[in-house]
Amino acid sequence: MLELNYDTVIIGAGPAGIAAAIKANELGLKAVLVENRDLLGGIPLQCVHPGFGLHYFKEDLTGTEFIYRFFDKMEKLGVEHLLKSHVHSIEPVAHNEKVVNVITPQGVMRLKTKTLIYTAGARERHVFEINIVGDRPAGIYTAGEAQTLMDIYGIIPGKEIVIIGSGDVGLIMARRFALEGAKVKAVIELMHYPGGLMRNIVQCLQDYDIPLYLGHVATKVVGKKRVEKVVVAKVDEKLKPIEGTELEIPCDTIVLAAGLVPNLDMLEKIGLVIDPYTRGPVVNEFLETNIPGVFVAGNALVINDLVDYVVEQGELAAEGARYFIENDGIPTTDWKPVIRGRNIRFIVPHYVSGKRDVILYARVRQPEKNVVVAIPEVGWKMKQFNVRPAEMIRVKLTKRLLERAASVEKISMEVIPGE
Amino acid sequence: MPLKIAIVGAGIVGSSIARVLSMYEDFDVTLVEKEPDVGWGSSKANTAIIHPGHEEEPDVHPLRARLCREGNALWRQWARELNIPVKWPGELMVFFNEEEEKSARKYIELAKLNKIPGVRAVYRDELLQMDPSVNPSALGAIYAPTAGTISSFEAVIAVVENAVENGVKLLTEAEVRGVKVVDKKVRGVETARGFVEADVVINAAGLYSDKISHMAGVDSGFVVRPRRGEYFLFDENVKVKPEKLLHTTPTPITKGVYAITTVHGNLMIGPTAEDLPIDAKDETSTSEKGLEYVWKESERLLKELPPRAKIIRTFAGLRPEPPGGHWRIEAYDDPWGFVNVAGIRSPGFTSAPAIAQYVLNLIKDKYDVSLVRKKHWNPHRSDIVRVKDRSLQEVDELIRKNPDYGEIICYCKTVSKAEVIEAIERMKKAGVKTITIDGIKFRTRAGLGMCQGSFCRWRMALLISQYAGVPLHKVVVKKDLYGIGEVKALLKPTSQGG
Amino acid sequence: MSERELTCIICPASCTLKVRTEPGGSLKVEGALCPRGVDYAKQEVTDPRRIVMSVVKVVGGDLPTVSVKTNKPVPKKCIQEVMKATASIELKAPVEIGQAVIKDICGADVVATRRVKKVNSI
Repeated sequence: MLELNYDTVIIGAGPAGIAAAIKANELGLKAVLVENRDLLGGIPLQCVHPGFGLHYFKEDLTGTEFIYRFFDKMEKLGVEHLLKSHVHSIEPVAHNEKVVNVITPQGVMRLKTKTLIYTAGARERHVFEINIVGDRPAGIYTAGEAQTLMDIYGIIPGKEIVIIGSGDVGLIMARRFALEGAKVKAVIELMHYPGGLMRNIVQCLQDYDIPLYLGHVATKVVGKKRVEKVVVAKVDEKLKPIEGTELEIPCDTIVLAAGLVPNLDMLEKIGLVIDPYTRGPVVNEFLETNIPGVFVAGNALVINDLVDYVVEQGELAAEGARYFIENDGIPTTDWKPVIRGRNIRFIVPHYVSGKRDVILYARVRQPEKNVVVAIPEVGWKMKQFNVRPAEMIRVKLTKRLLERAASVEKISMEVIPGE
Repeated sequence: MPLKIAIVGAGIVGSSIARVLSMYEDFDVTLVEKEPDVGWGSSKANTAIIHPGHEEEPDVHPLRARLCREGNALWRQWARELNIPVKWPGELMVFFNEEEEKSARKYIELAKLNKIPGVRAVYRDELLQMDPSVNPSALGAIYAPTAGTISSFEAVIAVVENAVENGVKLLTEAEVRGVKVVDKKVRGVETARGFVEADVVINAAGLYSDKISHMAGVDSGFVVRPRRGEYFLFDENVKVKPEKLLHTTPTPITKGVYAITTVHGNLMIGPTAEDLPIDAKDETSTSEKGLEYVWKESERLLKELPPRAKIIRTFAGLRPEPPGGHWRIEAYDDPWGFVNVAGIRSPGFTSAPAIAQYVLNLIKDKYDVSLVRKKHWNPHRSDIVRVKDRSLQEVDELIRKNPDYGEIICYCKTVSKAEVIEAIERMKKAGVKTITIDGIKFRTRAGLGMCQGSFCRWRMALLISQYAGVPLHKVVVKKDLYGIGEVKALLKPTSQGG
Repeated sequence: MSERELTCIICPASCTLKVRTEPGGSLKVEGALCPRGVDYAKQEVTDPRRIVMSVVKVVGGDLPTVSVKTNKPVPKKCIQEVMKATASIELKAPVEIGQAVIKDICGADVVATRRVKKVNSI
C-alpha cells in the first residue's frame, strides 16, 4: 500500500473542498483533494439554474459556470487531486497526525496528514425517513438523483410529478421538470410556510402554475409496479395529519426534496460530537471539530442555502489548517460559547475566541416580520423586515466588535420584535 | 431419458427442490419464476430466522415438526457449501408475566417431543447477561440455542446459482398461465415465455400455489391466504444490537415480534401478522397501524429502541397461509405428474432443504426413479468477492489484479464496481432475463445503507446500461423502468404520450 | 389595467409590491424597500422576462449532455419556444462554456454553461 505525507487531506471535491484545496495551495500547504466520483465539482455541476456567485463573484452564474471558474483556478495552481477515490477509514493517530485510508483504482493509499478538512457534503433524506407508508414501487427519486439523471445523464424520470418538500431544491426541480415538458402536479410542504426563498416560489412555481400545498403531508404511496398516486393530508398545529382531509394526487413520479443531512459517518466513527440542531459537528471559529486537526466545511458542517457561503467555509477551514500546523495545534484559548437566543434554531460556529474576525451562520425557528437580529454582548443589531427559516442569517463580526465582549463568558444571538 | 421436471416458483422452496434434484442424472429441471428475479415473493421479506423446531405441534403438524428440525440441521451444511451469510446465536422467547411464562413453558414440552436439543427456561439474571438489550422488566425467557438467522434473499440467489451450475434451467418473467394436461397426464406448463414441456410439474408457487393447483384441476377448494408482516430496519451503526434472536411470547396467530441483529449487522424489528383478503396477494404496502404495533411491541421487548432517525427502511412481506396451517405436499394420480408443494407457510424457509429431500423421495417412489448421482455434481458455490469483507491489504491486492475493485459505487456498504459487474455477470449466467437494480442490490448489498441508494442507484443503472447493453432510461428498478426517455422526450411531439 | 400585486424576486426581503396604472398610462409602485424593486415591478407588469435554463444532448463527449441558458432574459411567453428549440438540436463535443448553441432566439442566444470534452470512443 502506497503511503504519502500531507499537511492536509481534503475529503470531497464539491465547492467547499475545491475552495479549501485552492486556499490550502495558496497558503503553501501540501494538500490533496480526495473525490469519490469520477469528476470534480459535486452538486453545482448538475445545477443548470442561475443564482450562484452573487456574493463571491458579484455575478449571477449557473452552478455549472460557478464551479468551472474554480476548476480553472485549480488547474492553474496545479492542485493535487484523486478521483474515484473512496475514503475507507480515518485513523486518529495523534492530535497532529491522522491516517486516511483511501481505496482507489490505483490501489489502497495511506495518506498520513497533519490536518484533515472534511467537505463530503450532505445526503438527502430518503422515503423511509419522512413517515410515509404504503407501497415501495419504482418511480420514487430523491431530488438530487433526479437532477443527476436529467442534467448530467440526460434522461427524464417521469411525466407526472409530485414533489415532496418546498425547499429551494424542491422548487428548482419543479421548474426543471416543468421546463422539460413534465406535468408537476403538486409541491407538498409540511410546514405552514414555504421552505424555499420567496423568489423561487415566484420563478419556479407561479411561473408554471404549479400548486403548492402548504401544511400538507404525504402520508401514503400507492402503486404496484410504478407509482400511481400519492395520498396527501392536511396537518394540524402539531404537524400531525388530520383525518378526513386526505386527497389523492395521481402521478407516476415522486421526487423527494425533504431536506439534507450532513454526511459524517466516517467522522462519527472516530468520536465526532454532533450538534442536534444542525446535525453537523460542533466547531470553533476555525471550523475545527472536537477532534483536533479535523475541520469541516460546506454542507457537511451545516446545510447552507448559498454556495457562496460554502466556498467561504472551505477557505476558512484551509486557513484553520494552516494555523493549526504553524502552532502544532490550535493554541489553548478561553473559548466563548455562542448561545441560541430567542427564535434562533442554530448558530455556527459554536465557539469563538474574540481574538479575530468571525462569521456566524444562523437560522431562525420560524418566520417573523419587522424584527431586530441582535448579539447583545457586543451591542450588534440588524433591523430585518423579514426573517424566515429558508434564509440563512450570515453575520460578520470584526475583532474590534468582539473586543467589546472581552469580559463576558459567552455571546448569544437573538431575534427580537422590532419597535 | 431423464424425467422432465418443471418447478413453478423460484422461492426458497422451489429453488431448494431444484438444487436437490440437480444432484441426479434422472432429472432435467426447469425452474419457472414469474418475477424478474428469484426470491422476490415471501422468501425475500421475512424475519430470516432458521427456527429450532420447538414451536411445532407434532400431533397437529407432524411434517412441519419433522422437516423444521431436519431443515435446521441441513442449513448448517447448505450455508457452508453455498457461502450464504448465516449465524447461529440461539433465540430467546421472552416472557413478562406469569401468564406468558405459562404459554412459553409449553415450548419446552414441544422441544422434548420434537427432540430439539438444549431448550430451557432462563430467568432474569441469566437472561440479562445472555442479552443485555432485553427489557429488564422481563421475568425470563425460553432459550433455544439452535436458532439461527440467514440472509434470506442471498440464500435463494445462492441456491439457484448452484442449481443452475449443476444443470437446472432458470426461466424468469415466466408467469404460469396454465398447466397442460392430456389424458390425465401432465405435459407441461404454459408460461409468459412460452410452453415448458414437463413430465412432472412441481407447484412451489407459495402465495399463488392455490392458483397453480387449480390450473391442474387439483383441490379446487384449496386457498392460500396472504398474511402480512411489517418490519423496521435500522442502520448498522445503532447501539441497540441484540446478541440473541429475541422475540415476544407467541399468540395464537403469530410467532411474536422479533428483534434481531441481521447477518449484516442491522437491527430489525417485526413482524405484524395480519390476515388479508384472499386476492390481496401483492398487497405488500406498509401501514401506519402495523408499524406502530411493531414499534410498541419492540419497546416492550427491548431495553431501548434506537431513535427513529436511525430507521433506514420499513417494509412488508406476505406469508402464505394455507387452511389449518397445513402444508400440502402431495403427488397426485390425477393428473399424473402433478406435485403440490403448496401452502408452505412458516417454518417453510427453515424447512426448505428438508422439504426438498422429502419431495425427492416422493418423486422417486411415485415415478419409480432410480436416482443415479451425477459424477460431477458440485455442492459448492463461491460468494461474490466483497471489498467490505476484506482487509485493506487484501483490497490492495485485489485492485492490482482488477482496478474495478478500487472504484467504490456504494459508499454506505463499500461496494465496488467489480462487485456490481460480477453480480451482472452472475445474473446473466443464472439465466435472469432482465438485469434489475434490485437484483444488483440484493446480490451486492449496494443501496442497503443509510442513504438507501440515493448516491448509488444511478451508478448501478449506468453499469447495467453498459454491461447489459440497455439504454439508461430502460434500466429496470424493481418492476418498472428507471426513466421514461431521453430528457427531451416530452418536448418532442412524436414521443409525447397521453 | 388597474392594480396588481407582486412578490419582488430581486432580493430575499421579498417585498409585496402593488403596481397601479395611473390615468395617462404611467405606473406607480408601492411597497418596495428599494428602487430595484420599483424597476422590477414595472418590467414584470409590462414585459415579464426570465432566463431559461436547460440541457442539450451532446454526442462524443465525456458527458452526454451540456447545460445551457439564455444569455439574457427572454419574454416569459417565449419560454416554450426556447425549450422546444433545445429539444431539436444535438451537439458534437467539444463544447466550451459561453459557446452559442442556438443563435438569436426570442432576442437572446442560448449558450453553453458547462464544458464537454471530446472523448475518443467507438
